[in-house]
Amino acid sequence: MSDASDAGATGDEKPFRVVLAKLGLDGHDRGLKVVARMLRDGGLEVIYLGLRQTTEQVIAAVEQEDADAIGISMLNGGHLALSKKMIDALNDADVGVPLIVGGIVPEGDVEKLQELGVAAILGPGSSSEDCVQAVREAVAASA
Amino acid sequence: MKNGLRGLSVAEVFERAQGGDRRAIGRLLSIAERGGPDGLALGELAHPQIGKAHVVGITGAPGAGKSTLTGRLAATLTASGRNVAVLAIDPSSPVTGGAILGDRIRMDVLNYGTGTFIRSMATRGQGGGLAVAVPAAIRVLDAVGFDIVIVETVGVGQIEVDIAGTADTTAIVVTPGWGDAVQANKAGLLELADVFVVNKADRPGATDSRRDLELMLDLSDTSQWRPEITLTIGTDDDVATNGVDNLIAELARHRTFLEGEGRLAERRRRRAQHELRVRAGDSLLSRLAKHLQSESGAAIVDAMATGQTTPSAALAALLDEL
Repeated sequence: MSDASDAGATGDEKPFRVVLAKLGLDGHDRGLKVVARMLRDGGLEVIYLGLRQTTEQVIAAVEQEDADAIGISMLNGGHLALSKKMIDALNDADVGVPLIVGGIVPEGDVEKLQELGVAAILGPGSSSEDCVQAVREAVAASA
Repeated sequence: MKNGLRGLSVAEVFERAQGGDRRAIGRLLSIAERGGPDGLALGELAHPQIGKAHVVGITGAPGAGKSTLTGRLAATLTASGRNVAVLAIDPSSPVTGGAILGDRIRMDVLNYGTGTFIRSMATRGQGGGLAVAVPAAIRVLDAVGFDIVIVETVGVGQIEVDIAGTADTTAIVVTPGWGDAVQANKAGLLELADVFVVNKADRPGATDSRRDLELMLDLSDTSQWRPEITLTIGTDDDVATNGVDNLIAELARHRTFLEGEGRLAERRRRRAQHELRVRAGDSLLSRLAKHLQSESGAAIVDAMATGQTTPSAALAALLDEL
């Protein structure tokens, strides 16, 4: 058992908790549902927010659910603007939970997202292991 | 990570939570869920502050509309100035231990941010663990000042019945076409329900369901308390037609009933007894498992396996050693 009050993300006895959402008006949630299932099968607890979420809703969920990571899914080219919006909102709220972006991200934008502070980027074809590994590494790196 | 709470002691996080800091409340719930030394410390802090909240259990078959109705109920109570928390419990995968917790999707649209506090909880394996974690989480929410704590579970199986048993008032949600009075008797809901809700009441058959439930109640001892059967439409955002006000009134009526003649105290006593029994069983089981691995435990097992002692004698010897 952990003895530090802040051991939430590192204690082995507690499954990682990940908030999954899509921001804005993009209505394609199939990928997000597939990832939710992959993470569940990898032994994680997924708090599934689904479509049309605002950054405020995501942050409220992260706080109330004491989540260890956030995954947002992008399809329609808004990845740079939406990731920046989410990172800014997290910084404003002083929530230091890693953000993982999944979906369609052109190769040239990967570095830009990393510079913004996105912890990991998962493109099409990422395996179940890739997803679980990305969450674990992102949480470990932010601890 | 999770800046702002980093490096704080359990007591400091508890103080912030009492001041309404939602991140601190979220963290306390994780501590309560995880148990261990921090969980014990938190229990000590929370204990003197409990007993004020009205704990409402909402249960029913999958697809009855519990999450949507819970969201509507919580939003309506919040709008009337009550401080409401929801604990939404979903099953973990028995194979991987993971879980998809999707209740917020049906609740959070109503009031995110400063509205109702919603926490999703996975069952994380069967039995004792949950029976410890849920009451601990309820105590935290009570202690940090919520007036009403709603615990929502899928109403199948003993665990859910147990969780429902941790509430002051338990509401059972059914839908039109859900079955006749015989089904209700079979499902064992009679003993559990303080409040009956027929949700999705805009569908055909709602009044039939109400009549069936009334018939069932006619056959029960309702001399102390007879539930009013409330019809609701969880998806309807119009308070004039969704029936949620009637449900709120019925929950309040039950709370008032409990407060009379020491009934609340009696219910809480039963709850304490139940929690203690589950925890005692848990801890005895783990001691037993350990003892069976020890030399003297193994000797008892061997004696029984080789026919030297009867199972009854082996049991007696084992219990003696524990």
